[in-house]
Amino acid sequence: MVVADITREQVFEWLREVPDPEIPVLSITDLGIVRDVTIGDDVRVALSPTYSGCPATEMIEQSVIAALRKQGIADISIERSLSPPWTTDWISDEGREKLLAYGIAPPAKGGGKRALLDGVRVIACPQCASTDTELISEFGSTACKASYRCVACLEPFEYFKCI
Amino acid sequence: MRNKEALLSYVLQLGDNSLITAQRMIERVTGEPELEEELANANFALDYIGQARMFYSYAGELEGNGRTEDDFAYLRDAQEFRNFLLVEQPNGHFGESIVRQVLFETFYLLQLQGLMSCGDQRLAEIAACAEKEIRYHLRHARKWLVRLGDGTEESHERVQQALVQLWRYTGEFFETGDFDGPDLTQLQQEWNKQIDAVLDEATLSLPENQGIATGGRAGQHSEYFGFLIAEMQHMQRAFPGATW
Repeated sequence: MVVADITREQVFEWLREVPDPEIPVLSITDLGIVRDVTIGDDVRVALSPTYSGCPATEMIEQSVIAALRKQGIADISIERSLSPPWTTDWISDEGREKLLAYGIAPPAKGGGKRALLDGVRVIACPQCASTDTELISEFGSTACKASYRCVACLEPFEYFKCI
Repeated sequence: MRNKEALLSYVLQLGDNSLITAQRMIERVTGEPELEEELANANFALDYIGQARMFYSYAGELEGNGRTEDDFAYLRDAQEFRNFLLVEQPNGHFGESIVRQVLFETFYLLQLQGLMSCGDQRLAEIAACAEKEIRYHLRHARKWLVRLGDGTEESHERVQQALVQLWRYTGEFFETGDFDGPDLTQLQQEWNKQIDAVLDEATLSLPENQGIATGGRAGQHSEYFGFLIAEMQHMQRAFPGATW
C-alpha cells in the first residue's frame, strides 16, 4: 500500500487492535499511549511510555510495527514521546470498563495531580462493587498495579495505580 | 563546548545514580523480609533501570560518538562512573538499605523537581517522568524508616547506627560543579528540612557533623564499587557483544 493513500484515522483504527502485552484486554489506544500518527514519507507513530521501567515498552513498539506491516505498510517509524508524561488519566472510559470487567479496579481520575500520594482513595471491588476494601500491598504483579482485598466478598484483586 | 561537556557529565551522573541504585536493589531480590517487600523492591529497581536508560540515551546523543545505553552501563570502568558514594554503599541489613534510600531519594526527588523546570528540555521531560515514580518510592521508604525508628528498641538502635554510618556520604550531594541543575544551596535547605522532619517522626537523632566523604563525581569510588560493577558487567566482559 502506498503511504499517501492512508489516512490518520485508518491507522488509529488499526492500532485499536494492538493489545497491551501485560493486560491484553486493553488495547494501546485504550491505554492512551498512542500520542500521534503522522503520515508523511512514512507512517510515524508517537508512543508515550507508561512507567519508565516498563518492560512492555519495546514489545509494544514491535507490535505496532507488526500490526502496520500486516496492513501492507512498509515504511514505519516509532517515536517515543516523553512530554507531556503519560498519566493514568489518559486511559479511556472504554478502557476503564474493560479493566473492571477483567477484574482489575481502574485507576482513580486526577492521577497527574495527586500522583498516588496521601489522598484518601475509595476503591471499589471489581467483583462485588463493595467499597469496603483494604490495601494489601502498594505493589503488585506488574509495576502498574497494587494489591487489594475486598472485605465484603473476601476476593483479592488488583488495582491499577494512578499516576 | 565546555557547557556541553558539563551537561554530559551531569546527565551521566544522573544515569549512574539510577543504575547503581538499581543494582543494589537487584542484589536484595529474594532476600526481602516479606513478599510485599519483594514486589516493592523489584518494582523500584525496574523504575531505576528505566530512568538510567533514559539518561544514558540522552548522554549518548550529547556525546555524539554513537555510545548506547549498554555501552555506558557495561563497558565503562569504575573511575568513569560518577554516581554518589552513598548509592554504592553495601545493602547491609534491611534498615540500612531503608536509611540509604530515604537519604538519597529525598535529594533525588528535589533534584528532579528542580530539573522539571530547567532550561534543558530533554532533561526536563525525563525528570517529569521519573519524578512521579520517585515520589512513590520515597513515600514507601519513609514509612519504613518511621516504623523502624519508632519501633522496638533494637530496630531503633540499628537504624540509628545506619544513619550515623551513612551520614558522611550525604555532603557530596551539595558539592557544586560546572553544571549543577537546580540551585544547590536552596535544595540543601529543603533537604535538611525534610530530613529533619522524617527523623523527628522516626524518633531518630541527627548524627553529629563528622566530615564528608566525597569523590563519586570525580570517579573516585569506595572499595565496594569494584565488586559491584564486576558482578553487574560480568556477562558483557566475559562474552563481549553478547545479545539475547
